[in-house]
Amino acid sequence: MLEIKEMRVAYGAIKALKGISFSVNAGEIVTLIGANGAGKSTTLKTISGLLRPQSGSIIFEGREISTAPSYEIVSLGISQVPEGRRIFPRQSVLENLELGAYQRKDYKGIKEDIQQVFSYFPRLAERQNQLAGTLSGGEQQMLAIGRGLMSRPKLMLLDEPSMGLAPLLVQDIFRIIKEINANGATILLVEQNANMALSIAKKAYVLETGKIVLSGSAEELSRNEQVRKAYLGG
Amino acid sequence: MAMKIDVSGLKKYLLPAGLAFLLLINLFLVLEFFGVEVIDRYVKGILILMQINIILAVSLNLINGVTGMLSLGHAGFMAVGAYVSAILSIFLSKSNLPEVLLFPLVLCAGGLAAAFIGMLIGVPTLRLRGDYLAIATLGFGEIIRVVILNLDITKGARGLPGIPNYTNLWWVELFMVLSVLVIWNIIKSNHGRALVSIRENEIAAEAMGVHTTYYKVSAFVIGAFFAGLAGGLFAHYLGYISPKSFDFMKSIEILLMVVLGGLGSLTGSVIAAIVLTGLPELLRFLQSYRMVIYSLTLVLLMLYRQEGLFGRDEASAELLRKWLTPRKKNHPGGEAGEPTES
Ligand SMILES: Nc1ncnc2c1ncn2[C@@H]1O[C@H](COP(=O)(O)OP(=O)(O)OP(=O)(O)O)[C@@H](O)[C@H]1O
Ligand SMILES: [Mg+2]
Repeated sequence: MLEIKEMRVAYGAIKALKGISFSVNAGEIVTLIGANGAGKSTTLKTISGLLRPQSGSIIFEGREISTAPSYEIVSLGISQVPEGRRIFPRQSVLENLELGAYQRKDYKGIKEDIQQVFSYFPRLAERQNQLAGTLSGGEQQMLAIGRGLMSRPKLMLLDEPSMGLAPLLVQDIFRIIKEINANGATILLVEQNANMALSIAKKAYVLETGKIVLSGSAEELSRNEQVRKAYLGG
Repeated sequence: MAMKIDVSGLKKYLLPAGLAFLLLINLFLVLEFFGVEVIDRYVKGILILMQINIILAVSLNLINGVTGMLSLGHAGFMAVGAYVSAILSIFLSKSNLPEVLLFPLVLCAGGLAAAFIGMLIGVPTLRLRGDYLAIATLGFGEIIRVVILNLDITKGARGLPGIPNYTNLWWVELFMVLSVLVIWNIIKSNHGRALVSIRENEIAAEAMGVHTTYYKVSAFVIGAFFAGLAGGLFAHYLGYISPKSFDFMKSIEILLMVVLGGLGSLTGSVIAAIVLTGLPELLRFLQSYRMVIYSLTLVLLMLYRQEGLFGRDEASAELLRKWLTPRKKNHPGGEAGEPTES
């Protein structure tokens, strides 16, 4: 479904990605793990068109998208849930969700999908008219994920959905990510919480300072000595 | 759902008050037709300037308040509209085109010219943010003024005399109502939601698939169009214009109305335009202390209501009730506090 080849990205003189290649098949959950500053967010931003690669290619469903603008990429069926809960703080929960469906015109379908999001996250339903900026951190993360679902993506890019959440809530979020995947969306998941990420993913890639240093099935990697040392705390 | 064009809010808040006001003016005008003079030239002049300022404030609010782009060059667009429409109507007044056709025509030409200049300026500058954008727009506003100052056709610093006095209360009313309606509809439509999302978080808006550059330029161009229209009305009211009328201070004056009314609140802009145009006149009896009181009012308002009179809300009975009930601190389930930026 998504095929990335030799992708290089730089911020001015800083080379953030030094030629990475990986692929995501339809229906899978694939995770990208790595330390702070490894280039995980950069990878997702480049796929969703917020950044341009210097070279390399990004092929989504047979189409080269590395030069496409972000609004086109959204319409092709890729949705990004950006790092750090970039919700619209002065808009209500409901308005945030509606903005997630910004490119859609099927009002009936949008209504159904809002209900679907509320069934994933009942807390959002209770707070649908509350200003998003006044939600708790965890609730804002739920909203960001819910909003990402509103474009009915084929591929969802999730950037650290568990960041700053209490352990119980982290479990909840991962359970829901699995559910979203079971309902048909392919997922590319970026995580610091390697343990949880590897437990729900099929395939995993380890990113270190702009390079992919390890790859394999999630199961394999979670047993790998290096990975255990560096990311799983022993 | 908020996806359809929403006029219910308009009906509830703006229409009753606005219509009552306009009806009253029109009643005066009709009475005048029968020889009963209720309002004199002086009051009429103020009413005309008020409504021109409403158009200016509302159009700048689309750029500054709704989309969150700090623009300090609005008077520049007003100048383009004023000069283009004035020169055209001086030229066309020799033709036998009737005024009812000619006037809207030249006004629209002025608006379109301003919109065109807005696009020329907008495309390169709108990738800038905050302070940088403010300085760039300020610069462009001044460039427009200097160009006018040095052209032959505009008669430079001496100013352009002999503009036909087409502007009267009827015309101003018509264009003010049209401007407010059009901009209100833009804000309440899908287009407006895209603009607000850019103000709230541009990167998130882009991630949602909003074509941010297109929307930012569109807000700028539409705002410029209505500023140009207002400029045309202004030129045909005074009959004489000079570059001095459109300097940086004029841009600040319009910005003041937007900030005072509340960024993003159209009714706020309308009311602030009325108050800020009327207040200096009402304070005339204070003579030279007038400007002190005027400035002091502004300072006090900013100290006690930073978000402007109406914040981001539209004026309504509901809001009035909220103001009048005493505020309890931190009561649960009450008014949501200022949300934090994420
Ligand atoms: N806008 C920017 N300008 C300059 N350098 C940047 C910019 N954004 C990221 N970088 C740099 O690029 C590298 C990769 O950053 P990136 O955000 O992709 O890391 P990450 O893997 O997501 O880290 P984290 O887990 O902390 O979120 C870092 O060294 C970072 O400092
Ligand atoms: Mg990151």
